[in-house]
Amino acid sequence: MELLSKWLPYILAGISVGGQYALIAIGYTMVYGILRLINFAHGDMFMIAGLMAVYLATALPLYITLPLVLVLTVMLGCTIEVVAYRPLRTAPRMSIMISAIGVSYFLQNLALYATGGLAQTYPKIEWLARTVNVFGASTKMVTLVTPVLVIVLVVALVMLIKYTKIGMAMRAVSRDFETSQLMGIDINRVITVTFVIGSFLAAIGSILYFTNYTGIMPTSGGMPGLKAFVAAVFGGIGSIPGAVIGAFVIGICENLIKGANLTTFSDAFTFVLLIIILMVKPTGLFGEKNIDKV
Amino acid sequence: MTEERLTARCLSKKTKYILSAAAIIAVLALVWVLEQNIPPTSSWSMLFTVIKKGAIYSLVVVSMNLLNGFTGLFSLGQAGFMLIGAYAYAIFAIPVEAKDSVYQYYEPLIGFSVPEMLTNAMGGAGTVGGTLGEYLGVIILMLFAGLVTAGIAFLIGLPVLRLKSDYLAIASLGFAEIIRTIFQWDGLGSVTNGSNLLRKFPTFSSSLFPLIVSGLCIAIIVLLINSSYGRAFKAIRDDEIAAEAMGVNLFKHKQLSFVISSFFTGIGGAMLAMFQATVNATPFTSNMTYELLLIVVIGGIGSVTGSVIGSFLFIACSEWWLRFLDEGQFLGMDADFMRPGFRKVVFALIIICIVLFYSRGIMGTREFSWDGVFNFFRTLPTRLVAFFKALPGRLVAFFKALPGRIVKFFKTLPSRISGKVKKLTGKTKNSKNNHINNTDKREEAQ
Repeated sequence: MELLSKWLPYILAGISVGGQYALIAIGYTMVYGILRLINFAHGDMFMIAGLMAVYLATALPLYITLPLVLVLTVMLGCTIEVVAYRPLRTAPRMSIMISAIGVSYFLQNLALYATGGLAQTYPKIEWLARTVNVFGASTKMVTLVTPVLVIVLVVALVMLIKYTKIGMAMRAVSRDFETSQLMGIDINRVITVTFVIGSFLAAIGSILYFTNYTGIMPTSGGMPGLKAFVAAVFGGIGSIPGAVIGAFVIGICENLIKGANLTTFSDAFTFVLLIIILMVKPTGLFGEKNIDKV
Repeated sequence: MTEERLTARCLSKKTKYILSAAAIIAVLALVWVLEQNIPPTSSWSMLFTVIKKGAIYSLVVVSMNLLNGFTGLFSLGQAGFMLIGAYAYAIFAIPVEAKDSVYQYYEPLIGFSVPEMLTNAMGGAGTVGGTLGEYLGVIILMLFAGLVTAGIAFLIGLPVLRLKSDYLAIASLGFAEIIRTIFQWDGLGSVTNGSNLLRKFPTFSSSLFPLIVSGLCIAIIVLLINSSYGRAFKAIRDDEIAAEAMGVNLFKHKQLSFVISSFFTGIGGAMLAMFQATVNATPFTSNMTYELLLIVVIGGIGSVTGSVIGSFLFIACSEWWLRFLDEGQFLGMDADFMRPGFRKVVFALIIICIVLFYSRGIMGTREFSWDGVFNFFRTLPTRLVAFFKALPGRLVAFFKALPGRIVKFFKTLPSRISGKVKKLTGKTKNSKNNHINNTDKREEAQ
């Protein structure tokens, strides 16, 4: 019992942060599944979504700010896709990746310019930031909301991919880019939809994440972004349930390590996990086998 | 006559050597003269910051290019290797009596300083021998920094180099982050000073030092690239499977390229430590690697010359030329939007434009050569004459066609805009019906 009361807060925090990583990781895994691109700008978009909420909340009430943040982030995601990735559709894969790094560099510098390098405080969402008691451990409401919301969203997303026409197109494109194009699928539309979904989930993730950790720096997108990517690799890139499970594993382990007083290594652990999984099972938990042909 | 003049001519090898030597001596002499004459208070003293940092970045970027551009290994661990180099130098270079003030919270484990030991061994501080000894110590330590980095790179390479493109990138990025964490760890505080600064180690004041060291290292890299190993690297980059079929040992060559690149990155890191006069693990993040990668791209992936030019341009822009964007003045007017940080936004935009529209970079895969320079100047008059001869005709044609083009632009504008909108909103009603009709027909046919 004593053991539980010591570890429960960490496990709760882990589940919460894991859910937030999951929302970002889905964006990574979907984009990778379709474009074979590590979207380095995704983490920074998540940070920009946080900053947008900060600035909009100074002028507008929260019930307008939050939906507006979702809409603006989706628009930002699509703009990035159209401006930075679409012109390079036929270019070698490395150039798209470099373009993504360039966009990430730009977004970070933009944030640095806007904030002047000072940490901004995320607006307090009363309902989410309320303190609640779970089995004697006090935590924020967001801890309980996150996993539920993640599960609802993931189920909705999986349904979308399984049963709608656009979902079918997405599956086809991720299986074979060129053939699906020949079959009459509008590739650009599929990719836009992918980015819409990814950005939307990242925006929701940013609302939840920054309610927990209220300080936003221009660099605060980097680490969650990288961890979410590791989660996507862990679960098998391209697989949505895999990304979610990976994110929860990383979130929980990271917080358990913090609980064991090794806070310095909580970030490094993520990468150790990445390297182990790449060594042992490069396709991840649920990834499909990829055979190189000459 | 013109035909003959336009054909490329080659200089003899001897002339090239003489020219290169002369150019190197001229550059070094120029830097030395400037250093004597420009006071540190003048705004031109930024030039030396640019030369020093540019030289250091050149070395690091060239060694990154060796990996990314010549061997085709998309590795993003550069910042981590620089960090190792910087610490390896700093830890062993802090003078003994300064150790207590540097390691405020820890008991320093390394109780000696290599440059100091050699200074004392060769005649003590202040004497000629002592100064030589200090230089010798610094150089030995830089080589040591390189070797330590190379050794760690060898260990990291064992698992990482078996991965393919994206996974290699992300795994090397991960290792760089792990390295950063380890160096900031309290448990190693007696060696690395935890997350506190390392300082008070010997540094350089003249910009000749980084120029010469970087120049030598880059020369060695160029020799390597032009050797049979370099050809094997390029073969791996162009087609791994074909290279393997031709008998290139993939793993061995990848490992070699990785280790050599890390060796020089480590030396670069040591020089960066000297340039900054302090070392802290915090700034060696993945962002630093991204910056280096962007310089590689600006210069041209697969061009040593491009990397060097790119580094100096990048440093000059970010440290000096674009400073005016931060000063709140635009053409003499007050401009509120130009507050600190604006420079970096503009800079990032320029970089994105280069990546998008000019992805071959400044040099592409070409290299500097005396033949190229001479042929450029030799054919310049002919080309200029041809250009100016053709200019009036072109101008006339341009202005003749202009009204028609403008009219056409505005005429087609509405339809183009509606087309774009349609594309963005997806299927219009019309196309949906068509689609349904098509499927109906298909079903009928079946």
